[in-house]
Amino acid sequence: MDFTILILVLPLVSFLILGLCGMKMPHKAAGIIGTLSLATVTLLSYITAALYFGAGRTAEGIFATITPYNYCWLPLNGTLSIDMGIMLDPISVMMLIVISTVSLMVHIYSMGYMKGERGFQRYYAFLSLFTFSMLGLVVATNIFQMYVFWELVGVSSYLLIGFYYTKPEAIAASKKAFIVTRFADLFFLIGILLYGYYAETFSFTPPEALLVAAGGVIPVALGLMFVGGAGKSAMFPLHIWLPDAMEGPTPVSALIHAATMVVAGVYLVARMFGLFIGYAPEVLHIIAYVGLFTALYAAVVACAQTDIKRVLAFSTISQIAFMMVALGVCTSSDPHSGGLGYMASMFHLFTHAMFKGLLFLGAGAIIHAVHSNEKSQMGGLRRYMPVTHITFLIACLAIAGIPPFSGFFSKDEILAACYSFSPMMGAFMSLIAALTAFYMFRLYYLIFWGKSHYEEQLALYKAGATAHEPHKPHEAPLTMTLPLVILAAISVVAGFIPFGEFVSSNGEPYTIHLDYTVAATSIALAVGAIILATIMYKSGESRLTTAINSRMGAFIQAAYHRFYMDEIWLFVTKKIIFNCISRPIAWFDRNVIDATMDLLATATQKLGNILRPMQSGNIQSYSVWFLGGALIIILTLIFFA
Amino acid sequence: MDYSQFFAMLPEITLLAVFVIIFIFDLLATGRYRRIFHTLTILLMTVQIAICLKEVSTELTLFGGMYYSNSMIAFMKSMLTFGALLVVLQAHRWLSTAHSYYKQGEFYVLLLSTLVGMYFMISARHFLLLFIGMELASLPLACLVAFDKYRHNSAEAGIKYILTSMFSSAIMLYGISFLYGTTGTLYFDDMVTYITGSPMQTLAMVMFFAGLGFKISLVPFHLWTADSYQGAPTIVTAYLSVISKGAAVFTLFIILTKVFAPMTHEWQTMLYIVTVASITIANLFAIKQKNLKRFMAFSSISQAGYIMLAVISGTGQGMSAMVFYVMVYIVANLAIFGIIEALEKHYDNVELEHSHLNALYRSNPRLAFLMTLALFSLAGIPPFAGFFSKFFVFMSAFDAGFWVLVFIALINTVISLYYYLLIVKAMYITPNETPIPHIKCDSFTRISLGFCLMGIILLGICSFVYINIDRMAF
Repeated sequence: MDFTILILVLPLVSFLILGLCGMKMPHKAAGIIGTLSLATVTLLSYITAALYFGAGRTAEGIFATITPYNYCWLPLNGTLSIDMGIMLDPISVMMLIVISTVSLMVHIYSMGYMKGERGFQRYYAFLSLFTFSMLGLVVATNIFQMYVFWELVGVSSYLLIGFYYTKPEAIAASKKAFIVTRFADLFFLIGILLYGYYAETFSFTPPEALLVAAGGVIPVALGLMFVGGAGKSAMFPLHIWLPDAMEGPTPVSALIHAATMVVAGVYLVARMFGLFIGYAPEVLHIIAYVGLFTALYAAVVACAQTDIKRVLAFSTISQIAFMMVALGVCTSSDPHSGGLGYMASMFHLFTHAMFKGLLFLGAGAIIHAVHSNEKSQMGGLRRYMPVTHITFLIACLAIAGIPPFSGFFSKDEILAACYSFSPMMGAFMSLIAALTAFYMFRLYYLIFWGKSHYEEQLALYKAGATAHEPHKPHEAPLTMTLPLVILAAISVVAGFIPFGEFVSSNGEPYTIHLDYTVAATSIALAVGAIILATIMYKSGESRLTTAINSRMGAFIQAAYHRFYMDEIWLFVTKKIIFNCISRPIAWFDRNVIDATMDLLATATQKLGNILRPMQSGNIQSYSVWFLGGALIIILTLIFFA
Repeated sequence: MDYSQFFAMLPEITLLAVFVIIFIFDLLATGRYRRIFHTLTILLMTVQIAICLKEVSTELTLFGGMYYSNSMIAFMKSMLTFGALLVVLQAHRWLSTAHSYYKQGEFYVLLLSTLVGMYFMISARHFLLLFIGMELASLPLACLVAFDKYRHNSAEAGIKYILTSMFSSAIMLYGISFLYGTTGTLYFDDMVTYITGSPMQTLAMVMFFAGLGFKISLVPFHLWTADSYQGAPTIVTAYLSVISKGAAVFTLFIILTKVFAPMTHEWQTMLYIVTVASITIANLFAIKQKNLKRFMAFSSISQAGYIMLAVISGTGQGMSAMVFYVMVYIVANLAIFGIIEALEKHYDNVELEHSHLNALYRSNPRLAFLMTLALFSLAGIPPFAGFFSKFFVFMSAFDAGFWVLVFIALINTVISLYYYLLIVKAMYITPNETPIPHIKCDSFTRISLGFCLMGIILLGICSFVYINIDRMAF
């Protein structure tokens, strides 16, 4: 498996090439370099997966963990060192496939979507940087390497959100994303340091005796690490950056803010799963409740948004929360009793990456066609964009959990895991699943059905009411529709992958079997929700919609404003933290620290003036200083030392 | 006597061979052969570095203990040779000018003979050999400083250098005679058993130290530095500021720990005073300085003070910190001098001031960028190599218990940041009425600057460099 190093090196090289001399090459060359290197990476990832899973299981019945590279980067003391390397195990291999596939799709798609944009080469350089960092994160051999790449991922996300750097909203959004996730990462780092101090290693398999001896510290450390994960994976209340991050180019949203980076938190928990189960099951359950609340909150908010990318953003938050819940409800590492959630979570991560990537790319095609994110500018697009329409519908069916689309299978496993944890949890999650189906189809109908904004405008133009002929929506070019079709195909069939054969909580094979009561309930709820959405939104605003809007106006307004979470954060930071902490610090800084520095500067200037004659240029006086200095030292040593 | 011992000291012999080849080439080669002279020298020096590096694996004592070499010493030699190579690479433009073209060979020969002297300084285990090495390293340097002999400043710098050098040699020799008088031997290994710390020996040690302090340009033996740096050709200034200084620092460390080990407390006190004085006084002068080469002189005095922080510990940790510091200092300082040299071409050998760098970034973004990195490295800003080298130096002094000294040094780092940033400000922020045109460096200089850039960025990040140096320290 020595070639796996290429999976990391190629995107890095392509980043360096595009970043250093991209500006000199034509757009097309930059796009082709980026895409070709990614295509090779994808191919290598598939080969890795084929070789890894093809090698079969070891005597213990699990897939062996392979570490082709582990280079000691910074030895700190005898036992503790920071290593850099590549580790292959079932989940990292699975992540390789997810990341490279979605990334490749996004690379191809962007050739059409970003065509003619200023800074096209920069865009591809950043995409390569992101892919490199994300791949480095998942193959990390230890938690510190993961942290290093974690931050790199954060940086590339920051760079890509702020890609349109002349747009104030984009700048604000990129800063917000960076600050919020960095804030969470602070806890992550503290967790890592605590863990490293007590476990005397940064690796994922610390000596058991030390962990037992550390006692209560390990759950705290793991909890702190989860805070970092919650920041990246946009768990409530650290989710506020993700909706704003939609200011970035849409393919970026698909890659980073839907399929790969935002699931890093889930991956982190899965990576540390053995430790969570063994030493901090209560922390795991806290994660489950945080996830549950986030899923519910985001699903409700998604129902009231009008910007289609925001709907998808909240849907992403909600779906990631599903994965978190699935991990959180695990009570043991045996997939047959209490450990099902681990497999379900990873399965959902896989399928979600595909269909959510598809949804975002579809949304990108729509935005490309109508030049707006607002649903009011859309409507009736199915006649103008058939391919986008069909693929978007497939993704909606998948996320709604309609068989035989992939989302059904993974969501069903999550629900089964939740029901086995507690019926209450299961019931809530089923409800949220129904909400998911509702808001997705609300979105679908608003975009593709109902009155066409274009036709209305055209009628107005013909009647002479507007001066400009409206822009006719058109289907996206092949570079954009091809990824849509490929992802749609994956979304249709991915559910039939015997996922449990590859990934399970203790590594042993697990055959997925449907729990018919759970499946029937969830299908019934999903179909019901879709029918409701059809009635309410298929042909514009129906009477039912108006009735509901007037009854629940205040609630819908609150949901539209995301229950004022951003305002609460602003209040906490601007009013409380700024006034109570920052101001006194600023005063101290200005009047104590700066004053000391000023004093130092003045003293320096004065002393300089006094000493000036020493450097006279007169060689005789130099000799006097020379000898005098030596004599003073001699006398000091003899009489005072 | 067994003459085969001569061949055992391989680096010295091969360097002498290089010296002789260049000397003969200079005499015989005419016309178009002279065009390859520079390339030939560079190739020979590269071979010399390879030979030094090969010696890293051997340890040997020759001539009854007069000469000693081990892996660290061989590494130091290869480092100095590498630094000299960087200087020679940068010298191409200067050596092609009309008034130095005909003495191109002299430059190489003089430079290489100082290098031989430095080899003997480091390897000497006997005060006579040491003294000969020091003189061999000093006298040709005076010729180099006065190389542009028809330029008033260069001649003045040369005379100042040679006078101070003689003065310090005399004092040092005086100190050595006292040492001989009190111990009856000149061998390091024998002498250490007779060192008791008597006032006479203290006197001798400080006098001896004054001689080396002159070469390292430590306060109060530093006064020649600014004048000579300013007057000497820039290439020679670069050589003086890093290579000559580096060799003296290595020698100082070896002698303090080998010969004066029983007087550790005394020399630590001495270095304490000298370090504080060097860093602080040099900083005070650097702040006011507007002439770029004088400025670099004071900067180099203050950097020498930081190196003393590593020497003062006298431990293995200090040794590796010192070697690493010198290594980083070589690449950072040579980057700056390389750029100054390139700029002098444009300004037609006017003495450069800070204001000549104004808005350099507009027309020469790459040079400005490299200059910024080098200045950051000198100031010790992470993640550049200078940060790590300062960190290791501070750590070694801290571990040896000199925490007040470390604190004083830290305050001075802040002051130094101010004056290093003044240059960065000039390059990036201050506008310029008469913009500098784009400067095209010759390919030799480019290679040299490329090495410097790589060193500044990579030396700190690649942890194995320091780890390997640390492994070689005693």
